Amino acid sequence: MITVKYFATLRSLAGKDEDQFSMGSETTLVNLSHEISKTIPKIGEMILGKKVMVSVNLNVISLDAIIKDGDEIAILPPFSGGI
Amino acid sequence: MSTTIDSNIRIQQENFNVTDEIEAIKNASKNIGGITTFLGTGRELSKGENISKLNFEHYPKMAEKKLAEIRLQAIKEYGIIEMIIIHRIGEIDIGENIVLIVAASEHRKETFKACEWAIAELKRTTPIWKRETTSTGEVWVQDTP
Repeated sequence: MITVKYFATLRSLAGKDEDQFSMGSETTLVNLSHEISKTIPKIGEMILGKKVMVSVNLNVISLDAIIKDGDEIAILPPFSGGI
Repeated sequence: MSTTIDSNIRIQQENFNVTDEIEAIKNASKNIGGITTFLGTGRELSKGENISKLNFEHYPKMAEKKLAEIRLQAIKEYGIIEMIIIHRIGEIDIGENIVLIVAASEHRKETFKACEWAIAELKRTTPIWKRETTSTGEVWVQDTP
């Protein structure tokens, strides 16, 4: 299973903290985005439109990155830490 | 609650004491001759709206990892001796401390540069998000100067 975490405004949009997806032994971020779009179209669009960053196991990745079973994905809206 | 990679990188709910942190960084080396601090605090006015409360959320582990990378890069690239970075999360009232960066070195010049670079890098790379409460409701801030 792939765990997908939603933060800040995206958690409000998703209505939950995280999702679990079964995508076989490996897939791409593009394919995962399409899967997310089935239930939360706006978030899928934001990933594919590069409006948000995505991390795999705490490292930021690009759209063509490979995602493996057991990975932790986080969908990261623009940061606003500091002041 | 406080999550830590090392004692110089902290993300915590509780307030911090700036004087205590300055004293702590002095212990890093007897060669320290200059210390610069950047302290970010909760301000009341944002984009013309009165803010009554702030709330910060982070991505645990990744946020600490990014702050640790910023500290190490600041030490390496600016030649400073030590850096402390603390960011608070959870509910924060107007006027309260939010973020502290302390840079220490032999001389002043590199501490100013390292401090300025570190807060900009924190805002650019660290998964921390701010929610502002105004009279019209709550909003997640998505762009900060």
